[in-house]
Amino acid sequence: MTNVRRVISILVENESSVLSRVSGLFAGRGYNIETLTVAPIPNSNHSRMTIVTKGNKRVIEQITKQLHKLIPVYKVIEHDKMVEKEMVLAKFPIDENLADIQALCQAYNGGIANVARDIIIGMITDEPCRVKHFLEATERYNPIEIVRSGVVAIER
Amino acid sequence: MKMNGARMVCEALIAEGVKTVFGYPGGAIMNVYDELYKQDKFEHILNRHEQASVHAADGYARATGKVGVAMVTSGPGFTNAVTGLATAYMDSIPLVVISGQVPLSLIGTDGFQEIDAVGISRPCTKHNYLVKDIKELPRILKEAFHIAKTGRPGPVLIDIPKDITAEIGEFKYPATVNIPSYKPTTKGNNRQIDKAIDAILKSKKPLLYIGGGVILSNASNLVKKLARISGIPAVETLMARGVMGHNNPLLQGMLGMHGNYSSNMAMSETDLIIALGARFDDRVTGKLNEFAKYADIIHIDIDPANISKLVNVNYPIVGDISTVLEKIIDRIENKIDSNKYSKWREVLNRYNEIHPLTYQDSDDILKPQWIVERVGEILGEKAIITSDVGQHQMWTAQFYPFDRPRQWINSGGLGTMGYGFPSALGAKKGVPEKIVVNFTGDGSILMNVQELVTASEYNIPVINIILNNHFLGMVRQWQSFFYENRFSETDLSYQPNFKALAEACGGIGYDVTTKEEFDNALEDAIKKNKVAFINVTIDRFENVLPMVPAGGALYNMILSENKESEND
Ligand SMILES: Cc1ncc(C[n+]2csc(CCOP(=O)(O)OP(=O)(O)O)c2C)c(N)n1
Ligand SMILES: [Mg+2]
Repeated sequence: MTNVRRVISILVENESSVLSRVSGLFAGRGYNIETLTVAPIPNSNHSRMTIVTKGNKRVIEQITKQLHKLIPVYKVIEHDKMVEKEMVLAKFPIDENLADIQALCQAYNGGIANVARDIIIGMITDEPCRVKHFLEATERYNPIEIVRSGVVAIER
Repeated sequence: MKMNGARMVCEALIAEGVKTVFGYPGGAIMNVYDELYKQDKFEHILNRHEQASVHAADGYARATGKVGVAMVTSGPGFTNAVTGLATAYMDSIPLVVISGQVPLSLIGTDGFQEIDAVGISRPCTKHNYLVKDIKELPRILKEAFHIAKTGRPGPVLIDIPKDITAEIGEFKYPATVNIPSYKPTTKGNNRQIDKAIDAILKSKKPLLYIGGGVILSNASNLVKKLARISGIPAVETLMARGVMGHNNPLLQGMLGMHGNYSSNMAMSETDLIIALGARFDDRVTGKLNEFAKYADIIHIDIDPANISKLVNVNYPIVGDISTVLEKIIDRIENKIDSNKYSKWREVLNRYNEIHPLTYQDSDDILKPQWIVERVGEILGEKAIITSDVGQHQMWTAQFYPFDRPRQWINSGGLGTMGYGFPSALGAKKGVPEKIVVNFTGDGSILMNVQELVTASEYNIPVINIILNNHFLGMVRQWQSFFYENRFSETDLSYQPNFKALAEACGGIGYDVTTKEEFDNALEDAIKKNKVAFINVTIDRFENVLPMVPAGGALYNMILSENKESEND
């Protein structure tokens, strides 16, 4: 069976141990996590986690079933049609061309987030495959540091 | 009513109808023990090790069908209990375990006897709680019992900091639970049930594959009824022994690594597996891509994650086995002809005649299988049988004439040596009118041997039959078969004096080397009504057979010392 990439959203009870329950499940059963994001859902007692994982069909099915079994998990959404975004912050030396970097970031739904004495910080938000292209494009500007947020997704 | 957290714990146990708690006190749980001292609604059994407390609560739960309760202190008290939690988790046994924790203000400071109990127990409990606010305690206690016994049952841990058990709060035990994220599916999808029935009616060689879930769901009578009206033969897993009853002509026996020939062949040749609360464990299936090659599969299980986990299922039905079977029986009763499968049954009976489950008895040395059969003849249905882990466990599962569910209690999933004796204590507390016998090994009995003292103090007269081969026999058997007889660290020739050991702790001991001595010892032990060790010297090199070598196909069994089945 071939491995597929899957984006899974999990609605959970807002409690301190729930993140460890979810991540522990992945670690203990040998499932892989590519990215994981979590934040509270406004005006509720719930949080939403978004996990990007890889596995064959049987593994993905087990992941959703095992997640369902966790008591504080309300809902598991295995995304099919979705809008998926990831944010990236990238730090460049001040000697690089500010205008070029700005143009690059704008091409990926972003811009310059900060310019300090020694550094330029660019920011983008885009789809995972475009993020990949952005990261390739940054290489010629000698990035000092790159921070990715992990994916968030919403069903279309 | 206002009361402290410790009293709330006791009140909740009383409200849940708990009659017996197994445990061991210590600093962090002392407040609870102080409240427990002031009440007389439930009894506390002081085991001599926390592992034994949890196993005892587990044995109690398996024998009675109720939730077992154990109580331990923080740190080492809790870590000692972990094996008990894991054992119960693997076999889906409903437990509530209450552990003390350091005060909230000390959590995270590496305080004395602080350990992250919820962190450690997360993978071996169905759910766990760290109580952070006295206001939550009544709800958590209620939820814990609910979660332990509903859906796929399992152990639940409640870790309570010492300041919470001291704090005063308002106690009103909730009448109901409301956990929106926890709603087990019990009914079974009607369309799926109809499809499964069609598949049954079309099949030519169907087979009931009965797992421990049938016992957990109290569905034995329904399973027997389905078998009776349909004439479909059945195999039981290690966890399901007793469901069909040993005299049932439809029962082929136990399947799997040490299953009998006709059971494993039935599984290999069936065209439709009807899996009931069984989970296709590797000890049952053998090599997966050779497993039941000709079969479609109906799988009824309360836990959707069990379905299509290891093998693809054609007719998945998520639900409580009793509920689903009632519907199936109802809809199938007038449609099925129990003669339809008579040819298939004949094939299996023939297999059983060619290679029956058997052993070579001897007049010179006691054979373990003879001992098990003998106890079966003498006590039969009157006894609850527990076991430890090893060859003796398999011989017991193979040769004891089990007649009813909850008669056979053993650690199947985790395979915990040291489980047998304390679980026997729990079973005896739960069902005092039955004689409780623990079949154990010379290795296993020493793990939790301290329970001799508990059994004597509380007069819990369980009979431990040590099938003594002076070996860690099961490991020795693998060394014989697969490691060219290199008996690395499995020789137990150095032995305690088991008879004296039992007697030193207030019990009674017997050394047995002949059949006559065994009969006398068993009779005497039953009469004396004391905790007993019957130390039986058996043939050292007896092997458990048949055997499917790990990873091999189910139909390739080693059948006797020099015979392999030829089914390649
Ligand atoms: C706690 C624990 N440690 C190790 C094992 C591995 N193990 C499985 S069977 C066995 C031998 C048990 O010896 P004994 O109790 O004498 O039983 P026998 O096989 O000789 O009947 C061992 C060591 C285990 N199952 N549990
Ligand atoms: Mg032994």
